[in-house]
Amino acid sequence: MTGTDLVEVRAGVYHDSVSLMRLSRALGDRPGVEVAMVAMATALNVGLARDAGFAVPQAGPSDLLVAVRADTASALREAAAELDRQFAALAMAGRSAATAAERAPRTTRAATRTFEATLALVSVPGEHAFAEALDAVEAGLSVMIFSDNVPVEQEVLLKERAGERGVLVMGPDCGTAVVGGAGLGFANVLRPGPVGLVAASGTGAQQITCLLDHAGTGVSHVLGVGGRDLSAQVGGRSTLAALDALDADPATELIVLVGKPPAPEVAARVRAAVAGLATPVVTAMLGDGPGDLTTAAERALAALGRPVPDWPSWPNPDRPNRDRPDAEDRPDTDRPDTDRPGAVGLCGLYAGGTLCEEARLVAGTDTFTDFGADEYTLGRAHPMIDPTVRLAALRQASGVVLLDVVLGHAAEPDPAAALVPAVEEVRARGTAVVVALVGTAADPQDLHRQAEALRSAGASVFLSNAAAARHAARLTGSDS
Amino acid sequence: MTLPLLDGEPRVITAGASVLAEALDRQAVPRLGVDWRPPLPGTVEALARVLADPRRARANEIAVGRMLSARPRLSGVRPAREVLDLPPGTFLHAGPPIEWERASGPLRGALIGAAVFEGLAADAPEAERLLASGAVALDSCHHHRTVGPMAGVVSPSMWMFEVVDAEHGGTAYCSLNEGLGKVLRYGAYGAEVIERLRWMGEVLGPVLAAALAISGPVDLRSMIAQALQMGDELHNRNRAATSLLVRELAPAIVDAAPRHAAEVLRFINGNDHFFLNAGMAAGKAGADAARDVPGSSMVVAMARNGTDFGIQVSGLGDRWFTGPAGVPDGLYLGAFGPDDANPDIGDSTITETSGLGGFAMAAAPAIVRFVGGDVADAVAATGSMYEITLAEHPAYQIPGLGFRGTPTGIDVALVARTGSLPVVNTGIAGRVAGTGQVGAGLVSPPAEAFTSALAALADS
Repeated sequence: MTGTDLVEVRAGVYHDSVSLMRLSRALGDRPGVEVAMVAMATALNVGLARDAGFAVPQAGPSDLLVAVRADTASALREAAAELDRQFAALAMAGRSAATAAERAPRTTRAATRTFEATLALVSVPGEHAFAEALDAVEAGLSVMIFSDNVPVEQEVLLKERAGERGVLVMGPDCGTAVVGGAGLGFANVLRPGPVGLVAASGTGAQQITCLLDHAGTGVSHVLGVGGRDLSAQVGGRSTLAALDALDADPATELIVLVGKPPAPEVAARVRAAVAGLATPVVTAMLGDGPGDLTTAAERALAALGRPVPDWPSWPNPDRPNRDRPDAEDRPDTDRPDTDRPGAVGLCGLYAGGTLCEEARLVAGTDTFTDFGADEYTLGRAHPMIDPTVRLAALRQASGVVLLDVVLGHAAEPDPAAALVPAVEEVRARGTAVVVALVGTAADPQDLHRQAEALRSAGASVFLSNAAAARHAARLTGSDS
Repeated sequence: MTLPLLDGEPRVITAGASVLAEALDRQAVPRLGVDWRPPLPGTVEALARVLADPRRARANEIAVGRMLSARPRLSGVRPAREVLDLPPGTFLHAGPPIEWERASGPLRGALIGAAVFEGLAADAPEAERLLASGAVALDSCHHHRTVGPMAGVVSPSMWMFEVVDAEHGGTAYCSLNEGLGKVLRYGAYGAEVIERLRWMGEVLGPVLAAALAISGPVDLRSMIAQALQMGDELHNRNRAATSLLVRELAPAIVDAAPRHAAEVLRFINGNDHFFLNAGMAAGKAGADAARDVPGSSMVVAMARNGTDFGIQVSGLGDRWFTGPAGVPDGLYLGAFGPDDANPDIGDSTITETSGLGGFAMAAAPAIVRFVGGDVADAVAATGSMYEITLAEHPAYQIPGLGFRGTPTGIDVALVARTGSLPVVNTGIAGRVAGTGQVGAGLVSPPAEAFTSALAALADS
């Protein structure tokens, strides 16, 4: 040792060069250490140490060379102590080389390599959904694209590729599907049964299947196709594929096709396809003809030869006899109306796009807002998941407010809990509240508990959205 | 049509909102979640266009298929002037094209050394004046079917490994490895360096050439496959592969040149990285077979000149896409430290381009301390590379991963989507010309090389 140099040769001690370089770095990083070199004493390393000014004694490649220079004796002592600790740690390093924890795949493509899937569910922000969905299609998987704000040319391309691969693209903007008993996206807990749905409308499908479920009739599959599938640009590609698939499915005895009226050329293509199927089809295109979603459910039951029940409602407690299930369609203009404190404007605050459209058509009037529309969901969760924006609108409302509350998987765990204070608040100001409650008894939120909570807060609650809309319209007097 | 989706138990891959994934978990539906994150900034539009390109899937299949099926064989050792299209007064260098003015210390050092070695200058100052005057033309090794480690300088008198791809017929070249420490490829140009180069040209090259003429071509594909199973990743560890090569060639070397056999074998045996250059030429032969497939987004070259890190992509011809070369995060020899390090340099990233090196880190537990310290880090490094590659190599396998093939064929679209940049193992050259090697470690390529290639693909 000369001054503040430590030079040491440990004969016969071996560590791999990388461990030693690492150790050298750890020493060199210490305050006060100018140079630290711990290495096997090869000719190269001994030369390097001598070049750095260390007085290296005779040593060979099977010896370990330590050469440390520090600015003070105490820094050097501490470095030497650290060296001993590091060597002890190296000796302990024979710890088991346990395999690294399984890493989650970073793309759908990578996931398809390690997991034998039947379907991909894509809900990344819309501008990024194409890549994930294309991964699935290229791997020969059907895909449900929950994401909205996906450019239509990407939708067309995905559906073209899916056609070539014999798989189905559900979406984009596909809110619900039920496949092989699994509820995907916003999905109600439905009993298994003979009805297969092809749905260009998520909440439309939820309304029909919840009514059917109440009537004791279950579903085989619910295949969403996305709200734009029946447009001229997309050409009904997924609708046609889904109709074919359900026609070939032995569990499906009746197909219900639900959506908005297609572009004329698409309508012709769909009509031709429907005519060619072996399975009977009930078509419910909202706005095309007088029917609504509830009558579509009724037609499906009739086609199966099953009875149509009374659709339940939970009337406003202020008027216990008012909303008898069978009374709702009867104009009753001379009733005492605590629901209707004089304000006449009807304001629809919807989370479900098709439910909103249906209510608008049924009520035939006034202001409706679809909080699930693309412009409200850019960078924000769907209102069925995040009710904040709609709740704020509800608190501002006056006159008659019509809302939908959609239950099922992925929807809020207790929507009534969030709504009740706002409903009570606006009721206190004289605003009437009517709720279309779409759900089943088996849904995790518990249909009956939700209905009771909303009714206790002063809302009138209906399982049928059309019935709710008619009731709300009646309260404004606009339909009388 | 019948849709397999409708039969049997649903099994779902989920990418996106966790609430939808949790809903499936509550229904006890078997599921694998994607750890999705947004792509590299500014790539959304280019990604959509590149992914939508109808040629892409098939083009990538062809490109990676060629890389995987290449059968590189070491068929000869010959002087550069005989085999390379190397006009007089031209030197090759590693990485994308660069001129003297922007060249880093180690590249300048190696060019100086080559000028002295070729007798173009009597000493270093004269060589430097000559090079600065532009009297020596510089070009990328990659433009001449060649790769060079570190500075990668090739001059006409140097002897080259010649590797022929028996599957596709291509040929690739790489210089002979000089050993470690003060060597030309790390920018050293002292008398000992020139002396060694002379010996390599007068003895090593001719002896190896004669030995190969006796032994016949050496199957590098099978040698690399064996070395991976013996703990090499073929970039920073070539100990097993070098041993295998010595074993294969030793009898022929003795037969071919009994007088020089001992010194030649001693030289090869004294350098654990002797195989690296043959392995690099093997990688180059396979990568070149994958070039020029229109629409392919697969990387066919990653290379650094000490200033820029550049890549080339199969569907984009000979264009380079570059960004600044990073300084490796590494471990240092002797008294050297990060301040002595030059930015990343060399064509040896052809190993990562072909699924070896950092991509095969899990095969080389002996050197895992380069990637953070333990075997789990090495497994994670290799694991993350499966995310950005198109295929798994059928012959190059990693025993510790259940003989899974190495991740091969980097896709610029997958790099942009995942933000995972290739893991590159590398040596570290001294910043100052003439220093030589100062360490070894890991380096991250610049993301812009990949995003600018993606943008160009979108316009192609």
